[in-house]
Amino acid sequence: MNGRFTRLAETDRPKVNIIVDGQPVQAMAGDTLMVAMLSSGTSLRSAEFGPEKRAGFCLMGACQDCWVWTADGGRLRACSTPVENGQQISTSQPEVTWPNHG
Amino acid sequence: MAEPRVIAEPRVIIVGAGPAGVRAAEVLVASGVRPVVIDEGRRDGGQIYRRQPEGFTRGYDSLYGTEADRALSLHETFDGLKDKIDYRPDTLVWNISQGRVWTNANGRVDDLEYDALLLCTGATDRVMPVKGWQYAGVFSLGASQVALKSQAVSIGRRVVFMGSGPLLYLVASQYVKAGANVVAVLDTAPFFARIKALPKLLAEPGVLWNGIMLTRMLQKSGVRVMTGVKPLEILGEPETGVSSLQFEAGGKVHEIACDAVAMGHHLRPETQLADLARCAFRFDAVTRQWLPVVDADGRSSVDGVYLAGDGARILGARSAEASGQLAAMTLLSDFGIAASDRWALRQAVANYARFATGLAEAFPWPHEQIADLADDVVLCRCEGVTVGEMRRVDAREANRAKAFNRVGMGRCQGRYCGLAGAEVLAAARDLPVEAIGRLRGQAPVKPISVGVAEDEA
Ligand SMILES: Cc1cc2nc3c(=O)[nH]c(=O)nc-3n(C[C@H](O)[C@H](O)[C@H](O)COP(=O)(O)OP(=O)(O)OC[C@H]3O[C@@H](n4cnc5c(N)ncnc54)[C@H](O)[C@@H]3O)c2cc1C
Ligand code: FES
Repeated sequence: MNGRFTRLAETDRPKVNIIVDGQPVQAMAGDTLMVAMLSSGTSLRSAEFGPEKRAGFCLMGACQDCWVWTADGGRLRACSTPVENGQQISTSQPEVTWPNHG
Repeated sequence: MAEPRVIAEPRVIIVGAGPAGVRAAEVLVASGVRPVVIDEGRRDGGQIYRRQPEGFTRGYDSLYGTEADRALSLHETFDGLKDKIDYRPDTLVWNISQGRVWTNANGRVDDLEYDALLLCTGATDRVMPVKGWQYAGVFSLGASQVALKSQAVSIGRRVVFMGSGPLLYLVASQYVKAGANVVAVLDTAPFFARIKALPKLLAEPGVLWNGIMLTRMLQKSGVRVMTGVKPLEILGEPETGVSSLQFEAGGKVHEIACDAVAMGHHLRPETQLADLARCAFRFDAVTRQWLPVVDADGRSSVDGVYLAGDGARILGARSAEASGQLAAMTLLSDFGIAASDRWALRQAVANYARFATGLAEAFPWPHEQIADLADDVVLCRCEGVTVGEMRRVDAREANRAKAFNRVGMGRCQGRYCGLAGAEVLAAARDLPVEAIGRLRGQAPVKPISVGVAEDEA
């Protein structure tokens, strides 16, 4: 499938591989997570207050529309987080797990 | 400050490493002060002179166009300052209270005391809601530029630029130059507004000329450029996002197929930190925005707190450099360290202010269009609150309305809905927009992960 973003230059960078919702996604070193995900897909997550998918809005860390999650439930701002090889990303918030007491 | 506050080595914190913050740091270092410089970004440069990630190879001309020399000078200056300042990149200032700045760097929370604080926090896009703007593929105008500058991507395959202001034409032309497919540039401002503003715009003939050349370049490349536009609806599907845009111009309804829309109506200053530092604000009738009070030398209303650059008011990059230097010199003189003649810088900033007023008049915020939006248009993108819900709220003041309908309480904390929300409420109550007040800044100014604030010892 075509991605939402198109690359216009800087395409000689080394490749890196990440996993998004269990699917392999190829990206480039220096990409933000957002660019990695939107160069091969069309959205980052589902809206909480509407039926539509979301793909970020400001790209400068101001709107928080681009949150995705790591496998262990950590929240990442996709527009300002660089990709790392082998990263596992979930586009929906993993179930909240509370630490066990005792 | 009347009497210099003599402190042997004042602790100075600068927030923001854009043109204003960098030039301020340079002035301080030259007088032997070692400021802390904090920026949320991974690299210095701020918005206009944003640096691409390491490993990218595009040259200055391709990244910064006519401003390449200024960009290079700013970057080189900062590189030369790095071992003379305490530079903290990747660090968010999320609160200011009790003479301290509270920071968060990748989950590590810290607080730093200051004697003087220089806020150079820059700006974000001012956006006008349009039916359908919640769809994937709609981005702020600034976002479209960040995508290109720092990541070498286009936000889509068929991109429409819609809104108003000089950045609209600038970013569209940067897209064309980079080889992206720009299908239209749609300006809500009528063309005659530009003619009327001409005397003020002539305060900066060079910048004006660059602007005129940009528009010519766009037209020559076959991009449809239209003025006096009224946006009607961004059409699309919840799953796949934007598919086209409807608007009115010259009495006719038009529809353009596109997969991306970059929208913005010039900028709004990021003033939350000034607010938390208890700076006084005033209503600016030309831009219809609340701005922190700042004197001709860069002092805020609070002793020891200084403001410079677009975070104080939108005067552009060149003014940001001048006002950063000016505020730093004022600070030095207030602390009895060095007193240099600030007359020339004051004059320069005043001239940029005249030009900026011209821009605000040439590309006005279309508040009548906002007042006219249909009830079902989403006003708050974060939580899906509609224009109709704002009209029906039992309140006549922004913060009270927010307590009921949450407009300003969501993820963006009012950055992208606050100004439009005030216009909707003002029109519905038949009040001037200044009577609606402004959303107060609240800590944390951006969400920080739960647990971060507590578990750090
Ligand atoms: C996306 C965008 C693109 C722009 N592009 C252009 C352009 O191409 N040409 C032009 O003439 N003008 C442009 N502008 C206008 C621009 O604001 C000014 O020209 C110029 O960048 C202003 O300089 P500054 O130093 O005041 O602020 P900025 O350059 O915006 O720098 C502010 C810095 O403060 C930091 N900061 C803010 N809040 C915090 C916080 N709470 N904690 C830590 N750090 C913080 C930011 O990370 C940023 O690096 C753009 C503005 C935006 C928003
Ligand atoms: S897109 Fe706005 S914070 Fe990431």
